[in-house]
Amino acid sequence: MTDYRAPIKDAMFALRHIGQLDDLLATELYSHVDAETVATVLEEQGRFMQEVFAPLNASGDREGLKWSPEGVKTPEGFPAAYQKFVDAGWQGLGAHTDFGGAGFPEAVAAMANEFDIAANGALSMCPGLTTGAIECLQAWGTEEQKEVYLPKLVTGEWTGTMNLTEPQAGSDVGLSTTKAVKQDDGTYLVTGTKIFISFGDHDMAENIIHLVLARLPEAPAGTKGISLFIVPKFLVNDDGSLGARNNVKCVSIEHKMGIHASPTCVLSYGDETGAIGYLVGEENQGMRAMFTMMNSARILVGIQGVALGDAAYQKALAYSQERLQGRKIGGDSKEPAPIIEHPDVRRMLLFMKSNIEAMRALIAYNASALDLERALEGDEAQRWGEIAELLTPVTKAWCTDVGVEVTSTAVQIFGGMGYIEESGVAQHFRDMRIAPIYEGTNGIQAMDLVGRKLGIRMGAVVGDFIAGIRSLDSDLAAAGDGFESIRANLADAVSSLDETTQWVMTNGLADPLQALAGATNYLRLFGTVTGGWLLARQALAAKGEIDAGSDDVAYLGAKITTARFYAEQCLPLAHGIAQTARAGAGALYEVDATTLESV
Amino acid sequence: MNVVVCVKQIPDPADPGALDPNTKTLKRDGKLILDESDSYGVEMALQLVDAAGSGEVTLVSMAPNGEVSGLRTALAMGAAKAVLVSDDALAGSDALGTSKVLAKAIARAGEADLILTATESSDGYTGTVPEQIAELLQLPSVTFAKEIAVDGSTLKVQRQTEAGYDEVECPLPAVVSVTAGVVEPRYPSFKGIMAAKSKPVDQVTIADLGIDAASVGWAGAGQEIVEIAQAEAREAGTIIEDDGEAFAQVVKFLDDLKVV
Repeated sequence: MTDYRAPIKDAMFALRHIGQLDDLLATELYSHVDAETVATVLEEQGRFMQEVFAPLNASGDREGLKWSPEGVKTPEGFPAAYQKFVDAGWQGLGAHTDFGGAGFPEAVAAMANEFDIAANGALSMCPGLTTGAIECLQAWGTEEQKEVYLPKLVTGEWTGTMNLTEPQAGSDVGLSTTKAVKQDDGTYLVTGTKIFISFGDHDMAENIIHLVLARLPEAPAGTKGISLFIVPKFLVNDDGSLGARNNVKCVSIEHKMGIHASPTCVLSYGDETGAIGYLVGEENQGMRAMFTMMNSARILVGIQGVALGDAAYQKALAYSQERLQGRKIGGDSKEPAPIIEHPDVRRMLLFMKSNIEAMRALIAYNASALDLERALEGDEAQRWGEIAELLTPVTKAWCTDVGVEVTSTAVQIFGGMGYIEESGVAQHFRDMRIAPIYEGTNGIQAMDLVGRKLGIRMGAVVGDFIAGIRSLDSDLAAAGDGFESIRANLADAVSSLDETTQWVMTNGLADPLQALAGATNYLRLFGTVTGGWLLARQALAAKGEIDAGSDDVAYLGAKITTARFYAEQCLPLAHGIAQTARAGAGALYEVDATTLESV
Repeated sequence: MNVVVCVKQIPDPADPGALDPNTKTLKRDGKLILDESDSYGVEMALQLVDAAGSGEVTLVSMAPNGEVSGLRTALAMGAAKAVLVSDDALAGSDALGTSKVLAKAIARAGEADLILTATESSDGYTGTVPEQIAELLQLPSVTFAKEIAVDGSTLKVQRQTEAGYDEVECPLPAVVSVTAGVVEPRYPSFKGIMAAKSKPVDQVTIADLGIDAASVGWAGAGQEIVEIAQAEAREAGTIIEDDGEAFAQVVKFLDDLKVV
């Protein structure tokens, strides 16, 4: 089985050419960071993940978790590996410097997150959730709450969770019924049941800080009546030491298709005495607080697409170089050839490689937009914030859908062996499959894109974005040989995107059902074209480096080839996807629900 | 307690290496990393300084093109400073030439109570440099250490052997080679990486060390690589179908190898 290797060179390339690294580091906010340190940090974090997290990926999947009334036991080696992660200080990479974080750009943290997810998709869920808790408290916690919780969360000594879902409240959080009642001392007693709480209990850290959505008595119905609470597993004494066990219990864990080593908990709050909670932000403003971290949380899930896709790709590539089957087409040798010599295997490998690099670039771009929003002021900050808003649902949904396809393609390359667990590649496919579902299903993301994001500034943001893609045409024309098909296919694809965007906006205003019926396909179109644009920009950057005399011609040349493959084999699909996005709701509702039953 | 650790920066073993057909030596013009076999010495040195409660760890290295990437890794682990010898005249140095340079660099690094090395590098494998350094510095040489303790001015070493280990004592300072795998090297922490950026690396040439160019590099090499050949491809293994008697074949196989 191939050992995972963190793609540090390509991450740095994406950061420099798409992730606006130089612009970020020129801002006051990131003036304490320099490019050389970014490279060193990615190298060391990548090595750590290769050597500490990755070796536990397959064993954690096989062993799984053990539940008992005392709590959840993680697989062999997990607590020790997590402790090393804490010792090394990786949790704080993107956290603000006020409470011990390193204050690195989110774009850099995103590349580092790719490595930890690829190394161990299940284990890396835990720091990912802690990051969400940190961001939420940074934005909404009182000074006292920040002092109490942030330092330990930023080191990773304590971990965080997000408690939204209840049995009757999934995508529709407004249906949640968990109650919170204010006490005389200003704390709240929380009672209710939350489900699907990742790392809701485990044995890797001394305390777990649950962020819980709950409803006050007399609160308005729906999302307007939801408040956010800190409910620690162990209460924290005034001197910072751990006090009494709070009345929150993990009553069971789920048996899942993948991420077997990530405990998905049913948490019961306040069975006996009521769980003590502390209000975060204002009463009934819980959804607002949740939205603060939504962009980065959704990008983080998008990263799972590129991360697990690349982990699976690395295995598939190695297998295709070793596995001897059939003769090379047009070759002289009568000996069996490595399957990488067969055109269809090449097609699959390039499909994977090009989409992985497109996803990585999209993530770098989207995260850097969040960073620039934070680092700049006035109109510029607003402009980047709008781009981040526009792209985030695309990053989440497109990268996870493509991630499923890429990991599935890896299984295909392994042939029958891919379906056998020992190959290790099936695990990536299983682990990947949750990502289009959680953190807002991809259907929800598509509705967000079509229903909310296209309309930002009366459509001017998406209009500018599409114009930006078109404006690359002159550079592609000037690049000449080898760029013809990139230029032609990108021009066609962006026209499809442009026309379809206008169709969706026009018809969506008149009849939302028409636009929402094609929303998922529209998002797919948006992602496909954006991916092609970002690969074309990387190809131009690679050509620039070659022309400037770089000796890394093999890597840079492959960037151009990869962009060309994508332009020739992925971008032409945009035209067809555009048709499906504009098909409207007619056929969906001409049948009534009972007609859909098979007879 | 001050400990000097000799560390080598080598091409990443995970990347396919290449030999220069003209010089018959490993191409080392790309980025170099800390030789994993040296990370044990660095870790042991950090533990000894911690245990002593004072002093620091200084790195000594010789590398082309002023390469510091591998040194930065060891500095991020916790070493305080480094001496790097980088000089075009050093290309082609054999083990003795390397030892001459490192001995001078160790002297430049300041008063040392102990000098640690790996038993051999992962790219050259001559395994003779530690003893040569000791001889050049006129210090005791202890090899294959699996555990090191300091008692006053006496060094106590558990020296690994095929059968077990010897307990060896010698006065300090001394040159000790550390066996790979005997301690668990720490990972550089994020804070360590940031701190390493500003730790001093004393970059010197052979002139700075008072070394005659004729005594090192190709000019001074007393050994020559006369031929390089492709390693033989590994042959396919034998598959034994277990019909209930496979254990006997396994025992015979091990017996033939004379390992049981």
